[in-house]
Amino acid sequence: MDKHQSYWKANLRLMTICLSIWFVVSFLFGIILVEPLNNFHLGGYKLGFWFAQQGSIYTFVALVFFYSSRMNKLDKEYGVNEDEEQ
Amino acid sequence: MDELKLYTYIAVFGTFGLYFAIAWWARAGSTSEFYIAGGGVHPVLNGMAIGADWMSAASFISMAGLIAFLGYGGSVFLMGWTGGYVLLAMLLAPYLRKYGKFTVPEFIGDRYYSNFARVVAVLCLIIASLTYVIGQMKGVGVAFSRFLEVDYGLGLGIGMFVVWVYAVLGGMKGITYTQIAQYCVLIFAYTVPAVFISLHLTGNPIPQIGLGSTLADGSGVYLLDKLDLIVTDLGFKEYTTAKLGSTLNMFMYTLSLMIGTAGLPHVIMRFFTVPTVKGARSSAGWALVFIAALYTVAPAVGAMARLNLMNTIQPAASEPLEYEQRPQWFKNWEKTGLLKFEDKNGDGKIQYVADKATNELVKVDRDIMVLANPEIANLPNWVIALVAAGGLAAALSTAAGLLLAISSSISHDLMKGVFMPDITEKTELRAGRIAMTVSILVAGYLGLHPPGFAAGTVALAFGLAASSIFPALMMGIFAKSIGSKAAVSGMLAGIGITLLYIFQHEGIMFIKGTAFLGDMARNWFFGIDPKAFGAVGAMVNFSVAFAVSRIIGERPPEDIQAMIEDIRIPAGASAAATGH
Repeated sequence: MDKHQSYWKANLRLMTICLSIWFVVSFLFGIILVEPLNNFHLGGYKLGFWFAQQGSIYTFVALVFFYSSRMNKLDKEYGVNEDEEQ
Repeated sequence: MDELKLYTYIAVFGTFGLYFAIAWWARAGSTSEFYIAGGGVHPVLNGMAIGADWMSAASFISMAGLIAFLGYGGSVFLMGWTGGYVLLAMLLAPYLRKYGKFTVPEFIGDRYYSNFARVVAVLCLIIASLTYVIGQMKGVGVAFSRFLEVDYGLGLGIGMFVVWVYAVLGGMKGITYTQIAQYCVLIFAYTVPAVFISLHLTGNPIPQIGLGSTLADGSGVYLLDKLDLIVTDLGFKEYTTAKLGSTLNMFMYTLSLMIGTAGLPHVIMRFFTVPTVKGARSSAGWALVFIAALYTVAPAVGAMARLNLMNTIQPAASEPLEYEQRPQWFKNWEKTGLLKFEDKNGDGKIQYVADKATNELVKVDRDIMVLANPEIANLPNWVIALVAAGGLAAALSTAAGLLLAISSSISHDLMKGVFMPDITEKTELRAGRIAMTVSILVAGYLGLHPPGFAAGTVALAFGLAASSIFPALMMGIFAKSIGSKAAVSGMLAGIGITLLYIFQHEGIMFIKGTAFLGDMARNWFFGIDPKAFGAVGAMVNFSVAFAVSRIIGERPPEDIQAMIEDIRIPAGASAAATGH
């Protein structure tokens, strides 16, 4: 398998992990499991409600930066980064 | 002139002056500057510009009010309009930046080697963006008429002129730098009242923490528990658990808004302005930071505004406010017709309850929640003036981004790309400016005489973006086997089914009386709201495209396959950027 293809595979793997977390914090914690989670509290917030109106958004921000930094590393590892060829 | 009006004039025209100065400084001299700001915008600044581009009059004025009355159900907007950026950052932005051209339809046309696909994308883009821009124009008119008591039409005209100056003169370059200024204005204007109110209610100045804190009245009761108690006492649904339809509806609603957000061309094209693929990735992160700064405050504003409203109208348990003792802000907003009291039982008190038969606060427009919030909380006049300037910044920045998306798809995709490929760069630039001027006039006219479809902005814009543009872009990058015929049939099927469902409920192009539900109940498809249908449209698009591809066994030509390989790796992005 050539270099570009294994780079793409690694990218897809990273993306799958990130999008799973994206799904879990919003759709799972914020919508599907909101009722059981609401039995727990975070200060005055019911936990499910907190995920739906606060927690999911914070996680999204962290996810995008995490993905971005891991991808920059992958680019270098596989020698496909932009600075390399200039 | 009273003090409030003076402050408001200073805030509004001071910010306008700033936008003009920036426009003059950032004039566009080439098509590259006009369409993508020369491709040299710093990722953090681009993130800020995306924030302003994205956060419209609806985000600024309406969203907190929506949440105030929907409670937990309002979460679909919070998650949907931020989660879309995760999709954008991972599935689209870096690859489209690597591809390195000017517009979204251009990518679709090239990738599917089909001018037909490009024209379909242009049509979706124009319909989605135009409905969206009407809302912004209305926001500008309303802000002027309410805060400066200027005639609605004149206010709209002033707004059109301001956008015209910096968008036509500067193109994407002018828009980018004004959007950065507008972001600063709008976030400041949104946060300051929220901080004051949070401090007043809970003693904590950070609204995100205040919302989860105990009340400052010494009772030790959590703010959200108190709110739940008050609203359920009056027969409303519990604030923190009230759903928007069924769980499935909330799921689909959120998903549709996410996919739609990721497919909106005026946002995507902002990613063409950064110099590198790396820049596009981090730009998405910064955009989300700047957006989250407003979106995590909004639920606090919503809940606190609802609590303040309830406390004003019902100062003590089962002791409604005497109508004659209503506060000044109540009187001000009654004048605008957005707040209405009807003394049904004739006792001179304001009974605000969930039961429609006995409820006497017959109208509370949700937009009041943000606009009147500073007055309800007794904040100083300069804060109120700030809210006016912030609302205008939100509306103008989004309008400019949308107008650029429309005009570039006309001058670059339709004229240069499809119908008049021989025009020179200079002619194209002039055509872009003329297209922009015409779009502003059309948008202004529609803002003055809103057609039926203006009300359906969210459903139509997000439905089209989710069911056509997002799947086409995603398959273009991730599914090498999808060719022209498969993609076009997918797009048409996705758009078709989405429009059918929306129009069935809301009327053809939202014209009253043309809804054709027949014997079918509203939301007949598993209880899904037409506004939440974009995700279904997207699934239909994907399924049809893959099925057609499998059946006819079509493979894209070699050079297209090579192009897909190329956009998947970052190397060579700067070369691609100079290649047109």
